[in-house]
Amino acid sequence: MTTLPLSSQLINLGAAVLLLTSFAMLSQRRIVSLVNLFAIQGAALSASTAIVAYTSGQHHLYYSAALSVALKMLLLPWILHRLIRRLNVRWDTEPLINIPTTMLVGIVLVVFAFGLAQPISQMSTTIARSTLGIALAVVMLSFLMMITRRKAISQIVGFLAMENGLFFAATSATYGMPMVVELGVALDVLIGMVILGVFFFQIREQFDSLDLQHLEQLRED
Amino acid sequence: MLAGGLGVMAVSPLALVLGVVVGWTAVGAAGLLRPRDVAFAGRALFGVGAVGAFVLLAAAIWSLGQPVQGWVLPLGLPDLPLHVRLDPLAAFFLALIGASTVGISIYSAGYFRAGEGAAPGLMCLQYHVFLASMAMVVLANDAYTFMVAWETMALASYFLVTTQHRVAEIRQAGFLYLLLAHIGAIGILLCFGVLQGGSWHFTFDAMRAATLSPGWASVAFGLALFGFGAKAGLVPLHVWLPEAHPAAPSPVSAMMSGVMLKTAIYGIVRVSFDLLHAPVWWWGALALALGAFTAVFGAIFAAVQTDMKRLLAYSSIENIGIIVTGLGLAMLFRGLGMDALAALSLSAALYHCINHAQFKSLLFLATGSVLHATGQRNLGKLGGLIHRMPWVAWLALVGTLAMAGLPPLNGFVSEWLLLQAYLFTPLLPHAIVNMLAPLGAAAFALTVALSAYVMVKFYGVIFLGRPREIALVQAHDAGWLERIGLAWLALGCVVLGLAPVAVLDSLDKINVSLVGTGIGAQAEHWWLLTPVAAQRASYGPLLFGAGLVLAVGLTFVVVRRLYHGRVRRSDPWDCGFPGQTPRMQDTAEGFGQPIRHMFGPFFRIERELPTPFDKEPRYALRLGDRWWDWLYSPIARAVQECARAIGYLQQGSIALYLFYSFATLLTLLAFAL
Amino acid sequence: MSAGSVIGLVEAPLAVLLAPLLIGWIDQCRAWLQNRRGAGVLQPYRTLRKLLHKDAVIAHGASSLFRVSPYIQFGAMAMAAAIIPVFSVRAPLGVAADTIALVGVFALARVFMALAAMDIGTAFGTLGARREMLVGFLSEPALLMVFLTASLISQSTLLPTIVDVLGQIHLTIFPSLAFAAIAFVMVLLAENARIPIDNPSTHLELTMIHEAMVLEYSGRHLALIEWSSALKLFNYAAIGVALFVPWGLAGRAAGPVELALALPIAAAKLAIAGAALAIVETLSAKLRIFRAPEFLATAFLLAVLGLLVHLLLER
Repeated sequence: MTTLPLSSQLINLGAAVLLLTSFAMLSQRRIVSLVNLFAIQGAALSASTAIVAYTSGQHHLYYSAALSVALKMLLLPWILHRLIRRLNVRWDTEPLINIPTTMLVGIVLVVFAFGLAQPISQMSTTIARSTLGIALAVVMLSFLMMITRRKAISQIVGFLAMENGLFFAATSATYGMPMVVELGVALDVLIGMVILGVFFFQIREQFDSLDLQHLEQLRED
Repeated sequence: MLAGGLGVMAVSPLALVLGVVVGWTAVGAAGLLRPRDVAFAGRALFGVGAVGAFVLLAAAIWSLGQPVQGWVLPLGLPDLPLHVRLDPLAAFFLALIGASTVGISIYSAGYFRAGEGAAPGLMCLQYHVFLASMAMVVLANDAYTFMVAWETMALASYFLVTTQHRVAEIRQAGFLYLLLAHIGAIGILLCFGVLQGGSWHFTFDAMRAATLSPGWASVAFGLALFGFGAKAGLVPLHVWLPEAHPAAPSPVSAMMSGVMLKTAIYGIVRVSFDLLHAPVWWWGALALALGAFTAVFGAIFAAVQTDMKRLLAYSSIENIGIIVTGLGLAMLFRGLGMDALAALSLSAALYHCINHAQFKSLLFLATGSVLHATGQRNLGKLGGLIHRMPWVAWLALVGTLAMAGLPPLNGFVSEWLLLQAYLFTPLLPHAIVNMLAPLGAAAFALTVALSAYVMVKFYGVIFLGRPREIALVQAHDAGWLERIGLAWLALGCVVLGLAPVAVLDSLDKINVSLVGTGIGAQAEHWWLLTPVAAQRASYGPLLFGAGLVLAVGLTFVVVRRLYHGRVRRSDPWDCGFPGQTPRMQDTAEGFGQPIRHMFGPFFRIERELPTPFDKEPRYALRLGDRWWDWLYSPIARAVQECARAIGYLQQGSIALYLFYSFATLLTLLAFAL
Repeated sequence: MSAGSVIGLVEAPLAVLLAPLLIGWIDQCRAWLQNRRGAGVLQPYRTLRKLLHKDAVIAHGASSLFRVSPYIQFGAMAMAAAIIPVFSVRAPLGVAADTIALVGVFALARVFMALAAMDIGTAFGTLGARREMLVGFLSEPALLMVFLTASLISQSTLLPTIVDVLGQIHLTIFPSLAFAAIAFVMVLLAENARIPIDNPSTHLELTMIHEAMVLEYSGRHLALIEWSSALKLFNYAAIGVALFVPWGLAGRAAGPVELALALPIAAAKLAIAGAALAIVETLSAKLRIFRAPEFLATAFLLAVLGLLVHLLLER
């Protein structure tokens, strides 16, 4: 078995931590833990981006890493924690399908993502191309989390984790997106957070709960 | 030819085997002479049958060292003589049949008692014809012989299953069995039809010589998997197994579960490795997926059963799934060019065949003794039988531990070999398969763990604890003939577990003939099993077993010597509740509840819950198989609809029937023009 | 006989004798974390001595399976100690039994314990047996998957070879081993009846898993079962240390200096592992029994995920 250079190993480790946190998010019930796991994801993402920047010499990735630290490790978790405190929601209700089944579906999605990514990573020339499968898997697991959760906060965290996965995919396949695109995406996510926070207050005012099943009552009958 | 061959007949293994087949048929016919005489038809004739089985076992082992023999027997129809052939694969399955039959026949000799049930003479005929036909299936070298023997086997077993034909459920179970056996037989017949590849000769030699296009070869494989899978019990063609095996008398259940299912495996191996030369890799992937699903399905259903024989039947489905998984791996490796690993997987699958034959027969026979002593099949009415029936209980413990896959018994060896084969799947040259195949190892590990769960439930609820019914204190132990039969099978489990190197050496001859290479090239020691390379994996069961015995014995001696061996008897811990009854023990439903809870979507659950206002509250839980709703009921409804539609033709009017004939005549004349 | 094989023969009895010390150390750490003085690290030995002197009181309906089971459990755990490399790779039975056989040995002990629990015929024993088999049903595949991941990395299923190979790949980071390590820790907690699956010092029968099975045992039988539980925890800790932090284990070609250093290094690693276990136990709360399958399913799926990550990233 050939030993990879240290930088590749560290990137692989970062990818593994990313996958581990998104899988752990599937099995969590406490919303506070979800936000903390999201912060850990942000840390792993920034570290991987910084290492890719170092080994490949693409200096704009340093700025991306710094942006990730600022947004995903500091600002967004702070906003989310504030939201949780003000909405007073601590625990998620039972997910739509029970947790072991969710994790089993997650494994199937991971296998699917790995299989899908193999021919694509063979075409790429970046140093982190073998982690494309993991990035795809993270996106799919976050999507699964968004589908199977009931409380709105969990869906927000899932949406943000999906954005993490996409960012990692971009870094591993093509050395990041153009800076303009990145800043635009980051701004969109931030504005989306603010708007959704406002919406959550309105939902809670209307239904006295953040359980999204209540929204199903808004129908033409 | 026959007269000239008589001189050679005396010393060839094929002659011995054919002699046993003829002898069995004669014994069966002799049973009709005095059908109601238990001592004659029951004890003596079954004993002779057991001797025949022993001769079969010896002849099969002898033939492994001899060259392949093939004969043409001048029986049968004028232009279709019977071809028979004894090659290593056939010899292995004959040895399997012989080894299990010795134990089962000796047990059956002691099983029949005067004045009970069906006439022993009739059962003697059906049983021995069943045995003879199974041996002929394995020996057959052309499609005609094979199908005749296959059908005889199905019919004989049908009559055996419906021995107690006055019970409606048993009749229904028998009918379902016969129906699915014939659906499978159609598949096998069509498969042979495709295999002859245009030569219109139906001997296996002609099929080996024929070259089929890849499309037709796949069609043949699919038909073989369908046909033989129906007999083996692969999902979704498994529905007859949990009905037929419990309905039959216990020695017959043992024979069907232990031996008959393996003839289906023989069929799959024969068609895919021998008649179709080299399997394509995706057949292996299909067999692997199907086998893995069948194994998990069987294990889950076995965990929630409340009838001890249904539990064992579902467990047979699980083990057949494991065997087919091994065959799938072998086809996968062979199709992608890794012959040594194909040999390893094939050996693992065949080893599991003979292991399963031994421990499943042992367990079914033990349930036969329990049923005979207590009259109960329901697990909720048994318990505490280890005190009343110590022989049966301790021999059944050997079977239980073997089935749970615990070292150093035989179940562990075949599972170990299969896991070793799985460890090589990442080396497969195909991109997606080498990632999915290790997931099969995960499913396999889950199945093995669940089978341990099932076996603890089976043994614990029947033999341990306290009797759940007062009548159980009158249970009596098995007779001496039954004990010998059980002991033979238990001994087989132990020997197959402690001497795997010898067994694998014999299996290597099959590997060489079917896949081209064997695995035993690196056997340095006779006591250490190293299937691939010594530093890669090794297992020494004798050393292991000796170590275990030494550790246990040393502990016992040291504790007794340094301290003491005093024992006092007292009441069990009741946590302050004085009124403990035996009914407060865990029931079979209770033991299976966690599995039912976890795997809920697999089952069709019907529940009757009492309300607080019921005067006589009742709780009932019925677990059904969803395949009835998904597959069989729709097909049955469709068939009935078709039959009803066609039934419109029958109007009862003679003029109409004459019109039908007239119209047919006009149509034929029009086409002739 | 070379020095290596002598050391190997000493390994198993040493493990058997020192296992209660590990339990005592963990209890002492727990006591310190809970601001108590604790009973000292030698308390398990005193308990064992007290139990061995007492008469064995057996229920009226117990069969000989019940009486034989403690010896079989102890023997199986001692066999496992002979397979696992604790401070030297030359475990005496390392050739005759590999990791799969090790899982089989643990399963053998578990099956006999469950059968003995069902033998008495009270509600508690059978309930404990059912729960124990449920925990075993989920944790055994997880453990097997962890071992399979390690076997794929080191191209062998023999524990001495695995440990040798993993010890020589000095600083390579294997992400799959990270997944496997987390899954292994979860399996260790479950199989050894630690919080969060089971509370080893509970008195409430309805919450017991492991303790419910040994309710009926007393005297020397209970001593043997307590000892085999301690030995099981020792074995698991030794496996974890050998697989995930193998540096310091005396390898195949070890000289006398390395052998002399191996024992204190192994003792230090096990002590740190014990303290970590005590910290984990103090920080967690016991799960409801109906959440235990979720915990174990997570462990199993993490182990499978580790296998998949190995197949994707490390080939």
